[in-house]
Amino acid sequence: MIAFVVQRLLQSVLVMLAVAFISFALFRYIGDPVLIMLGQDFTREQYEMLVRDLGLDQPFYVQFAKFVVSAVQGEFGISYRLARPVAQLIAERLPATLELSMMAALLALTIGVPMGVYTGLRRDSWLSRFFLTISLVGVSLPTFLIGILLILVFAVQLGVLPSFGRGDVVKLGSWSTGFLTTSGLKALVLPAVTLCLFQLTLIMRLVRSEMLEVLRTDYIKFARARGLQNRAVNFGHALKNTLVPVITITGLQIGGIIAFAIVTETVFQWPGMGLLFIQSVNNADVPVMAAYLLLVGFFFVVINLVVDLLYYVVDPRLRIDRGAASGH
Amino acid sequence: MAEAPILEVKNLRVEFPTRRGTLVAVDDISFSIAPGEVLGVVGESGAGKSMTGAAVIGLIEPPGRIAGGSISLAGRRIDDLPYEEMRKVRGREIGAIFQDPLTSLNPLYTIGRQTTETILTHLPVSQAEAQQRAIGLLREVGIPAAEKRIDHYPHQFSGGMRQRVVIALALAANPKLIIADEPTTALDVSIQAQIIALIKKLCREHGAAVMLVTHDMGVIAETADRVAVMYAGRIAEIGPVRDVIKAARHPYTDGLMASIPKVGRTDARLAQIDGAMPRLNAIPRGCAFNPRCTKAFDRCRAERPEPMRVGNSDVACWLYDAGQGGTR
Amino acid sequence: MLDSDVFHSFRRNPVVVVSAVVTTVFVLAALLAPWITPYHPYDLASLDLNDAFTPPAWTEDGSRRFLLGTDDQGRDVLSTIVFGARVSLLVGFCAVLFAMTVGITLGLVSGYVGGAVESVIMRVADVQLTFPGILIALLIDGLARTALPRDLHSEIALYVVIFAIGIANWPQFARTVRGSTLVEKSKEYVQAARVIGLHPGLIMLRHVLPNVMGPVLVIATLSLGFAILAEATLSFLGVGVPPTRPSLGTLIRVGNDFLFSGEWWMTIFPGAALIVLVLAVNLLGDWLRDALNPKLR
Repeated sequence: MIAFVVQRLLQSVLVMLAVAFISFALFRYIGDPVLIMLGQDFTREQYEMLVRDLGLDQPFYVQFAKFVVSAVQGEFGISYRLARPVAQLIAERLPATLELSMMAALLALTIGVPMGVYTGLRRDSWLSRFFLTISLVGVSLPTFLIGILLILVFAVQLGVLPSFGRGDVVKLGSWSTGFLTTSGLKALVLPAVTLCLFQLTLIMRLVRSEMLEVLRTDYIKFARARGLQNRAVNFGHALKNTLVPVITITGLQIGGIIAFAIVTETVFQWPGMGLLFIQSVNNADVPVMAAYLLLVGFFFVVINLVVDLLYYVVDPRLRIDRGAASGH
Repeated sequence: MAEAPILEVKNLRVEFPTRRGTLVAVDDISFSIAPGEVLGVVGESGAGKSMTGAAVIGLIEPPGRIAGGSISLAGRRIDDLPYEEMRKVRGREIGAIFQDPLTSLNPLYTIGRQTTETILTHLPVSQAEAQQRAIGLLREVGIPAAEKRIDHYPHQFSGGMRQRVVIALALAANPKLIIADEPTTALDVSIQAQIIALIKKLCREHGAAVMLVTHDMGVIAETADRVAVMYAGRIAEIGPVRDVIKAARHPYTDGLMASIPKVGRTDARLAQIDGAMPRLNAIPRGCAFNPRCTKAFDRCRAERPEPMRVGNSDVACWLYDAGQGGTR
Repeated sequence: MLDSDVFHSFRRNPVVVVSAVVTTVFVLAALLAPWITPYHPYDLASLDLNDAFTPPAWTEDGSRRFLLGTDDQGRDVLSTIVFGARVSLLVGFCAVLFAMTVGITLGLVSGYVGGAVESVIMRVADVQLTFPGILIALLIDGLARTALPRDLHSEIALYVVIFAIGIANWPQFARTVRGSTLVEKSKEYVQAARVIGLHPGLIMLRHVLPNVMGPVLVIATLSLGFAILAEATLSFLGVGVPPTRPSLGTLIRVGNDFLFSGEWWMTIFPGAALIVLVLAVNLLGDWLRDALNPKLR
């Protein structure tokens, strides 16, 4: 068990380094940071002095090492556009994105999994067909359009929910939360629903197809042949076997939430990391882009690691590599 | 038969509606099994033997369905029972053993859990007693250190051991009839004999009859009391094992016996039956075997033969029609 | 082919037939855009600012001249939608074609050559697949934007978008084709070809490609839906096609600014067009996948 964890940790570190490398390459070699900082008029001496100051004349691996070390300490440089430390910008925006993402993930899971199970078990009921149709539409609707439609209905026509911003937030230490105020919660509704819809349909379809696969297996047939009750067969056996692969794939879907958060935050002007990222892309603000890439890469690697460990815990086949198989 | 049969199948017909017409997988077959008797059901792949077993235990997959005839267990009709009633019959009165022990067991549950679950579903005993019974069953099927291995997972057992577990599960609630569908086909040859002997011994000890479905004549010769030879969804010949093997009457059975290589014979060529069993959508008129039969005559091509008593067997062949002038 | 199971399944399924029809209508409309639209919305000379903000024809202030209303510059919304669909479909198709070419080639190579080459290619594909496609497309687009000087970028923005979305899509093709290649490689005719002296690679191609066309077609159709959505998203975010060739996504973005002042038609109609198109394509892809899946038959 320990060997497995260590191996996975090492792998994760390697992947992180690869991501850091790409991020660093972005930072250092795309565009010329010195030019951008100096503006229009400058002398050759000023250019070269700045190069020395920034350490840009050092060998490549030295720069990379410094980059990694600073990143680990939370130092990402200065934003070109806003002239503030990137780390600070991220710290301000992170809570907004995280709260939104967590809410959306929660919604997607708590609605998507039961729907998937139901459509898997009761294939031919009208409700199942209804869910399936909705899911197909859900997959075809772009997130931003859902957001716009929701704004149109709830904010413009009905006027019950705000169409942009986060509402009032409460600061708890360095974290600002919108959960503790009514306006904060109200502002969270539309963006969270928008963000969760795509994931919800994916999860539902995934759970359903897994469920259908599992229901076709020999061990389910054997369970029925032993006269086990429907509840035991469907929920005791089928469901458990369905959820094992679903866990892993759901974990990976979190990536989708992070990606689509960009879109949702743009539609609702939600002051999170996604909005920051888009603004930085539009303005060629490379330090912010690089930092975002690093952060997102970090999230992914951590999630992958957690999912792998979870799989290991849940599936006994992976745990016991030196099985006690003996005799005939 | 002195006592009433434990299983009585009359004119059973299993159909599969498809887009291109209805396929008949089992065409009007009748047989019975006496209590404690081992009936072998032998035939090529696609002859309908597994389908018959599935029909008896009520696990035919839709769109297949029982389209005619009756199945009675200990005098009580079971083919028209509602699902919940049939569920109680399964496991408690009819047990099943399938071909592949690896896929028959749920990999995520210990075999102890799967065994006690079966016991608790059918017998009014406590959890502790179910546990004891489970250990006892595992000992009976020859699993060493049963008290320890009861907490192991299926993948920790070898193929032969797993099939023993499957047998234990099938016998867990003391059914009167066991349907064994190719129980040794997926196992090593060296283990096949052990498993077959185990099935025979346990069923005799528990007083259960066995319907042993296989394509392996050798297994039948070892184990069965009577044997039914199936061809294209119909029974060609059914009778005591000695009679059918030593003195096969139906030309198909004769051909089958002749094509088995015998140790010691020094003939140059292996005998074979020309042609192949017809597909379900192209069954010939009259006797299904007539295109391949060396002894066919006009009536064979026009009318389907009914099973006719010859000695201790029933043979579906016009050669034995008394009116036709007896055996040729 | 007309007699096949697939076609039979097609005819029996009204939803899929409708989807196919809808998709064809869109494609035709996009191809014939300059000839069939009532107006040419990008011909500056034909625009009249007095026509701006006209609501759809069936409302109070609407006009029969502009069936779906006009935008802030007086352009007929219906015409802009047709032209927008043209761009969306163009980007979508090209991106999928690009992904197919790259994916199939890499799949063939990694399956045939094996060894380190295969490991590397498949590793990259796997890692890429853990990231959502939108993110990949965004990153590449963003990179291009920062790496290239501004005016060069506006010129080739269209190609950059196609490239970005294409790159996001190649792994699925590669994996499927590699799988088929591996299956074929182990077959005896390949060794037989070597014995005779023929190049086994060419023979394999002849056998792999037909086998793999089914799944590739399914992936292609589903990727098309994704590609159209991806382009719309990128354009909506402002990092997609250049504003001179607006796609449906661009139209939605521009229209969104006027949502609050009540000119809802500028966003809703392009939005509806986008939904219908993607839905039709996805339904086709879904059906195709089920129809060609040997396990479900």
